[in-house]
Amino acid sequence: MMTFLKSRTSLLLFLFSLFMFVPATTSHADELADKINKLAEGGFNDRQKAINELAATGDSRVVPALEALGDGLLYMQKLGNKVVIVERAGSNFKLTDPITLEALGEMPKGALEKIKVNNRLRRAVRDALGGLQLNSKKPADRMAAAEAVFQSKDPDAIPLLDAAIEKETKADVKKAMLEARAAAVLSSDLDDTAKLDAIKVIETRSGRDSRSILLGFAANAEGKLKSAAEESAGIIERSLAAWAAAQNVWYGLSLGSVLLLAAIGLAITFGVMGVINMAHGEMVMLGAYTTFVVQDVIRTSYPQLFEVSLLISIPLAFLVAGAIGVAIERGIIRWLYGRPLETLLATWGISLALQQTVRSIFGPTNQEVGTPDFMSGAFEIGQMTITYNRLYILVFALVVLAALMLVMKRTPYGLQMRAVTQNRAMAGAMGIRTDWVDALTFGLGSGIAGIAGVALSQIDNVSPNLGQSYIIDSFMVVVFGGVGNLWGTLVGAMTLGVANKFLEPYAGAVLGKIVVLVFIILFIQKKPRGMFALKGRAVEA
Amino acid sequence: MRSYLKTLLGATAIAGVTLAGATAHAAETIKVGILHSLSGTMAISETTLKDVMLMLIEEQNKKGGVLGKKLEAVVVDPASNWPLFAEKARELISVNKVDVVFGCWTSVSRKSVLPVFEELNSILFYPVQYEGEESQKNVFYTGAAPNQQAIPAVDYLMNEGVERWVLAGTDYVYPRTTNKILEAYLKGKGVAADDIMINYTPFGHSDWQTIVSDIKKFGSAGKKTAVVSTINGDANVPFYKELGNQGIKAEDIPVVAFSVGEEELAGLDTAPLVGHLAAWNYFQSVDSPENAEFIKTWKAFTKNPKRVTNDPMEAHYIGFNMWVKAVEIAGTTESDAVIDSLIGVTVPNLTGGYSAMMPNHHITKPVLIGEVQADGQFETVSSTAGLVPGDAWSDFLPGSKDLISDWRAPLSCGNFNTKTGKCGGQGS
Amino acid sequence: MTNFIAGALGIRSYIFIAVIAAIVVVVGFLNLAVPETSSLYMSSYVVSLFGKYLCYAILALAIDLVWGFCGVLSLGHGAFFALGGYAMGMYLMRQIGTRGVYGHPELPDFMVFLNWQELPWYWYGFDMFWFAALMAVLVPGALAFAFGWFAFRSRVTGVYLSIITQAMTFALLLAFFRNDMGFGGNNGLTDFKDILGFDVQSDSTRVGLFAASGIALIAAFLLAQAIVTSKLGKILIAVRDAEARTRFLGYRVEHYKLFVWTLSAMMAGVAGALYVPQVGIINPSEFAPANSIEAVIWVAVGGRGTLVGAALGAVLVNGAKTIFTGILPEVWLFALGALFIAVTLFLPKGILGLASQIMAKRRERQATGAAPQPQEAD
Repeated sequence: MMTFLKSRTSLLLFLFSLFMFVPATTSHADELADKINKLAEGGFNDRQKAINELAATGDSRVVPALEALGDGLLYMQKLGNKVVIVERAGSNFKLTDPITLEALGEMPKGALEKIKVNNRLRRAVRDALGGLQLNSKKPADRMAAAEAVFQSKDPDAIPLLDAAIEKETKADVKKAMLEARAAAVLSSDLDDTAKLDAIKVIETRSGRDSRSILLGFAANAEGKLKSAAEESAGIIERSLAAWAAAQNVWYGLSLGSVLLLAAIGLAITFGVMGVINMAHGEMVMLGAYTTFVVQDVIRTSYPQLFEVSLLISIPLAFLVAGAIGVAIERGIIRWLYGRPLETLLATWGISLALQQTVRSIFGPTNQEVGTPDFMSGAFEIGQMTITYNRLYILVFALVVLAALMLVMKRTPYGLQMRAVTQNRAMAGAMGIRTDWVDALTFGLGSGIAGIAGVALSQIDNVSPNLGQSYIIDSFMVVVFGGVGNLWGTLVGAMTLGVANKFLEPYAGAVLGKIVVLVFIILFIQKKPRGMFALKGRAVEA
Repeated sequence: MRSYLKTLLGATAIAGVTLAGATAHAAETIKVGILHSLSGTMAISETTLKDVMLMLIEEQNKKGGVLGKKLEAVVVDPASNWPLFAEKARELISVNKVDVVFGCWTSVSRKSVLPVFEELNSILFYPVQYEGEESQKNVFYTGAAPNQQAIPAVDYLMNEGVERWVLAGTDYVYPRTTNKILEAYLKGKGVAADDIMINYTPFGHSDWQTIVSDIKKFGSAGKKTAVVSTINGDANVPFYKELGNQGIKAEDIPVVAFSVGEEELAGLDTAPLVGHLAAWNYFQSVDSPENAEFIKTWKAFTKNPKRVTNDPMEAHYIGFNMWVKAVEIAGTTESDAVIDSLIGVTVPNLTGGYSAMMPNHHITKPVLIGEVQADGQFETVSSTAGLVPGDAWSDFLPGSKDLISDWRAPLSCGNFNTKTGKCGGQGS
Repeated sequence: MTNFIAGALGIRSYIFIAVIAAIVVVVGFLNLAVPETSSLYMSSYVVSLFGKYLCYAILALAIDLVWGFCGVLSLGHGAFFALGGYAMGMYLMRQIGTRGVYGHPELPDFMVFLNWQELPWYWYGFDMFWFAALMAVLVPGALAFAFGWFAFRSRVTGVYLSIITQAMTFALLLAFFRNDMGFGGNNGLTDFKDILGFDVQSDSTRVGLFAASGIALIAAFLLAQAIVTSKLGKILIAVRDAEARTRFLGYRVEHYKLFVWTLSAMMAGVAGALYVPQVGIINPSEFAPANSIEAVIWVAVGGRGTLVGAALGAVLVNGAKTIFTGILPEVWLFALGALFIAVTLFLPKGILGLASQIMAKRRERQATGAAPQPQEAD
């Protein structure tokens, strides 16, 4: 066939139309099977050729095989060298024919050999699939295919794209296809006018990928095209820079929300009750471990619940950490009221013991806490990338803070709590059971630290050392904001988060943090009781 | 006030009794010291190595021990505290009278104990990949030197078409040196300075938003980009989580790591990380009879079918077997004799070949490049044709390119300068 | 509280000094003069270990001086200790000379390693012992003075002060971790060869350093003792117990605080300088806030507000740590954690406080009309 049709492009087009109008024949299927079996031969380079050949068939029946290859599920039977798609079934593999998708029974692992892929091959598979799925019935697949072509910039896909664009009814998919076409045009040998148009299309798409394509193109272009591409890349760069400040604020708020979460519990135990709670970090850690245990149970027993595992973990973490908090208060802290500095020593001891307990039970290594799908990934606002997990954490931190404020300000228990912390003797005289209020308050602070642990398990290590990495930052936030004031904690956390993120690009992560610490030290000189100092005589007590 | 005196004297007495009690054991057994942190920040990595040593010693005792004597493990906890490492090393050698020590993980812990081993003339096996630039008479380096890990990894990526490089590391000596070597190497290969971005972060860095987005930005300059990560243990989990969430796929910007092994991946959901790379001398997934046996024994020893194996464990496996063999050759556990007979000892490694101890106290190893799989294991995508001998002094650093190390007589020198022909570094 | 300090002051000090002197002499003798084969021989390991404890005891004294007698709880004294240690470490690094692995005559190994071309200016002068020794005192002193001058004038007190001292040591920790700072980054300074021409690894040098630590401890103790028993000490205690009232009486509280704070930092610096040659390494982890907290705990365990107690606590806690990390490597943190909790709950005045109480009770039984119970102070 090669002799009749000059380029692969036309071959593709030809095969494409062939596939559209002529039903596949058996001999065709054999040919396809041979091509698929070739995937198992040779090294990565040979395999890449085999993928390209498969792509060149334009036959959508190769899609399952390629997908399986990309996912590492394509194997070769050691006997007979037949390539099959596998699915894990206990210690055996369930086999499927890559073309007909018929079930071929089970086989032990040892009788099969995996067809290895690396990044390059996975990329080749992605590109190949992009071309093959432009005509898929599902708009999401077509969208993904267009995106894949945009990345692969494969000029051979232009005719396919043209055909697909003509038929496309969805506006956003069509736009993506046009952009993909533009990217493909830039790496094709079409004339300059087509390329200039393509540059404009990509410029309007904007974003990092577009800039990357334009710069890559400009590096190998000359004259008018080069300058046009560079100019467009410059325009994109400027719009990115304008968004960078917003992005930085977002990063700052997100860091601030992590600090806030870590510090809220401490704002109760330290800020309100005056206990220098060095075991606060360990409460956070216990919350994270609760999440791990919940997920572990869910994974083994109720896998369908995985998506809501975090929601289940939140009340449990609160209860676990809260109960331990109450136990600590009843057992140790209550003997130490009025001696705040000694609470430091006792809670330090508790913190050591808790760390070692967790280490003994779960081992010293990190535990895996999975991220549910709704928290994975990111979306874009303009040129700003916002990851879902950070967004949820920010929202969650604010919700926790709001709930806590409601409890403190609007419930009888909150009233009692404030009364006890302001004047214990008077509160007792009014008939408040101060010891129970103390226990509940410490439990509340610890429980909230536990909830924070659920959120932090999503972004940090779940290890016995988890708490240690947040304890100092938490103290800084509470002191900076003003002890005993939840608004202070909020503003303090956000200020420190944003300040850190604004310093980071200039000073680097380490110096930035040092500068923030020095700033806190100096700030405390100016306002010795933090940003939002409590006024009144209670402070002096 | 007599009671204070009593307390003070009592404390002294307690210390004295323990010390004396420990020395009282006669030499019916051969003692093996294990100096790995069991608490503190490094426990996360080092506890496993303590367990693997206990397993190896148990296995050796089943085979009848060494020189007809049973081995006895002496475990101490230096608690991730560097001065404590030196103190505990001294305790192991001079109080517990161990004949060999397997231990340390971080560079600073090794640096801290070096003078102690030198002074008391004992033997240390150090199992972790490190920055090189060192060769000491009493230390045997069974982990990878930079040329056994970093350079083959970069070569592989270059073959894959990478033209732009991010060298990201934790700010301490191993990443600094590795990145210096890599920078020199890449420039030597014609990579422009603009195409190399170097970034350092503090230990335990957990907020990677800015840096990951910088990497994304750096990677959008129209050239194929890769990240070479020397980010240390703890900071990796948040780093990879952020990569996954910001949508950096291995097909677009692969990350090759030198400190991320099976153990670190066990704390991560690896599905979004498939295709990111690591360079080691061993992967659990390596298909060899020795490895299958080792994994089986390990899972049985820890009574945990989920426990993974990793590269530093293999280093201890090699180091321990080398020591056993050397002791048998020397016929004694006396340090000087064992140190001499260790050079040239060859033992099977777990990847189906043999590793030999070289005169510079480093060993020969194969270099494997693996890609992360969805099940938390690595799949080898490239391996060096033969064994790579560890290079104590990098050829790519101006301060050390003329230095070699050879502990055989008559040279017996860890920093011999081939230019001046003298032992003792650059000299003057 | 002042009562019982005054009560047992004189004789307790003599005993303390005598014990320290005796330990120094005995340990030195057992190490140097007794043959190694003898069962009485004390190995260099024990000498260095006790040397380390003595340095910690000096640090504990320094903390007790500001916390126990002036009510300033520092969670950052480890910073002064480490700065003193770095000053000494820099001197020891310069003494290595061409014996480093690269054999560079001037630059320490880590600088050659990172391609530094010349010695940074702040390393000048550290080749001279007297300069390093001076810096070991002056640098922590200057930092403490600057810090205290601001903090005390602004009347930052209580937990706020504690937290910002923690911020200070944490900031220094991060700074010293940076390799660009020129202090060796995470690896710190190590591989020392000799001090004042003596080999740091030889037994006699070890005993010498150990003796120096003992003498420094005695000197620090006498100095602290002199301060707390003087009129100045009375004012300090007044500041501790009722700062506002003392101010209203016309005393410039911040001056007293600043003086004792700076002095305490200098003592910590001396302790650090003696510590480094004995343990053989100084590294940024000494700045870790956890270290400073631990040092405070020694004081609490031994008995806050009693100089002997502070020193005793440092030795006891560290002795326990040494023993537990050796014999209970897996669970020693439980033991240590339990110790801290038990001491706070059951021995609010520390071990020495307990002893005093027992003695006070005995005296009470002997004499009718006992002295009133010591008041709680915080």
